[in-house]
Amino acid sequence: MIAHKKRVGMEVSIAVSHAVQLARAEAIAAYPITPQTHIVEHLSSLVANGDLEAEFIPVESEHSALSACIGCSAAGARTYTATSSQGLALMNEILFITSAMRLPIVMTVANRALSGPLSIWNDHSDIMAARDIGWIQIFTENGQEAFDHSVMAFKIAEDHRVVMPTIVNLDGFILTHVVEAHELMDQETVDRFLPELKPYHKLDIHQPVTMGAFAMPELFTECKMAHQEALTNSYGPILEIWQEWGELTGRHYKPVETYRTEGAKIIIMMMGSLAEVAEAAVDAMRDQGIPVGLVKIRLWRPFPFADLRAALAGAELVVVCDRALSLGGAAGPVLAEVRSAMYPLAVKPQILGYTVGLGGRDVQPEAFEELVRHAQAEVKQGPSQEFYIYGVRG
Amino acid sequence: MEKFGYAESSKFDTYASRMMPRDEFFTSGHRSCQGCGEALAVRWACKAIGKDAIIAHATGCMEIVSSGMPQTAWMHPWIHVAFENTSAVASGIEAALKVLKRKGKLKGPLPKVVAMGGDGGTSDIGLQSLSGALERGHNFTYICWDNEAYMNTGIQRSSATPFGAMTTTTPPGKRSFGQRTWKKDMVAIAVAHGIPYVATASPGYLFDLYFKVKKAVETPGPAYINILSVCPTGWRSATDLSVRLARLATETAVFPLFEVVDGKYRLTVEPPKIRPIRDYLKPQGRFRHLRDPEVEFIQKTVRAKYELLLEKCQAPFPEFSPVHVPEGI
Repeated sequence: MIAHKKRVGMEVSIAVSHAVQLARAEAIAAYPITPQTHIVEHLSSLVANGDLEAEFIPVESEHSALSACIGCSAAGARTYTATSSQGLALMNEILFITSAMRLPIVMTVANRALSGPLSIWNDHSDIMAARDIGWIQIFTENGQEAFDHSVMAFKIAEDHRVVMPTIVNLDGFILTHVVEAHELMDQETVDRFLPELKPYHKLDIHQPVTMGAFAMPELFTECKMAHQEALTNSYGPILEIWQEWGELTGRHYKPVETYRTEGAKIIIMMMGSLAEVAEAAVDAMRDQGIPVGLVKIRLWRPFPFADLRAALAGAELVVVCDRALSLGGAAGPVLAEVRSAMYPLAVKPQILGYTVGLGGRDVQPEAFEELVRHAQAEVKQGPSQEFYIYGVRG
Repeated sequence: MEKFGYAESSKFDTYASRMMPRDEFFTSGHRSCQGCGEALAVRWACKAIGKDAIIAHATGCMEIVSSGMPQTAWMHPWIHVAFENTSAVASGIEAALKVLKRKGKLKGPLPKVVAMGGDGGTSDIGLQSLSGALERGHNFTYICWDNEAYMNTGIQRSSATPFGAMTTTTPPGKRSFGQRTWKKDMVAIAVAHGIPYVATASPGYLFDLYFKVKKAVETPGPAYINILSVCPTGWRSATDLSVRLARLATETAVFPLFEVVDGKYRLTVEPPKIRPIRDYLKPQGRFRHLRDPEVEFIQKTVRAKYELLLEKCQAPFPEFSPVHVPEGI
């Protein structure tokens, strides 16, 4: 049964905070950073007005934001935070500890470039610097997805088969600051979908536990292995929860999304809101008879190897668009991941990588046509570079 | 009023060790060094904190000696996250308990929240998160185990290292007499946050320590206690002298024992006669290299600081605390 069909226009940041409100988050600790601010401002006012029964902790830094979130979650409260760019970088040390302690915190990252030079604008360099933190990481493409995944993230994180912190990425400004039409949910439906948090473990005076004990070499690798297995095994429950949401709302999500990939010899790949621009480009190229399709990675961690290989089956050329650089390396982070996933296959496509849209640089639909033409030429003559930065002035 | 040299408490008329709680929350079997003054302080602080409490602990000596997986010395629910963020973790715990209580998910009285860390985790790397948590007015107690250097990593100087002390990063040499700076005044910094309870304590005066910790955890709002934690390993002192040294620190006025309640200073242990600073410095290898001019300078400064403290204790002070916001406004 489809629960709700009315579409409401609102800023995506407000929709995300509304999702957090519907999820009945109980503790929020956050520090302001552009372009995350509208989310936490709105949550603050919801708490101030008693519309959300929660504690809002206006901490003195992002490092303390996530640290306070650890305290909240360890004490048994449903916990949320949001950050961006430098804030995520400042949290870095604690990001790893959060997931190692298996605390089901949900965090929105309003993706923004990392300094320097300082830039408040959108790319994915913040989250890519935090790629290996051991959290579940999801990318969204538009406001509706950001809203949906903000609710679902709690259910995923808290599922006793998962118990893992979860990041929902949405592009700074491009998504956070635009007004879109959202199909919202009523509280009753969300309550049915997302029951009260039952902490897997917590700081309880009736059942005292020690959390955060240190490990000597004879235990450390086993701890890491357990973490790796837990993150990999979250794949099943994630799909199950997305499926349940799909049945509830009619909005279905997959770890790897495809757009017009039937019979496509050329595949463009990316993550985040730029995919909507790429869809327009794919339509235009298809009209010209170019057999091109689009593949978007939604679930970045755990990485959906099988879904990716299935989505790219039949492709001869894959053009991977990164929104971040791996400075001094051989590839952007998404390119590296895709190449690595495809390498073991006997039959594999040519995979070329382009870093696009750094620090808010606009990427028009025509760019993708240009990338495809360039990639085809490069493949013909043999690639001249390990990867390319699109549209950069020399 | 003083009895046997210890602080007055309205709840106890006499002081005897048999009247202290027998419960142990920091249990034997931990791996602290022989003669560790800090472990003694932790054990007694935990007795004062009582059963219904959650502890957040910073990385450091006490964390390392007590929480090697799969063992623990802590009977309280206890969490260690990192070095510099313990106050933030405690803020989160406190806030979560409040909202869970409001929502009826937590039965009984609110557990007390206590954050603990060493002097490095408090006065250096953890100062920002501590300041944030004190300023936000969380109902928690912060205890600093002040052994006056980074002992866990091998006796490097911190901002709490006393003037003249030898550490592995302030070695005396041809151009150095050791630590060049005076110990950072964490008590004054805590007081400046306008919090309701701040105190110093020492394992040399266990009843005084016990009552102060008890008072701190029972005071609504933030409380800060700086506990001198004698470290034979780092101070290069005999392991059987730890309690003696803790007492000498107070008897020589290097580490006076006092409390600041709503901004009002009060000396809780007043030594009948201040002993010369040499009595405290001499048994410690970390001060062995000091020459007379440095010792005289230390003596003068200690005396001047102590006199300033006595003045503060005598100063009239209005009954006022910005932390206690009246009901209904």
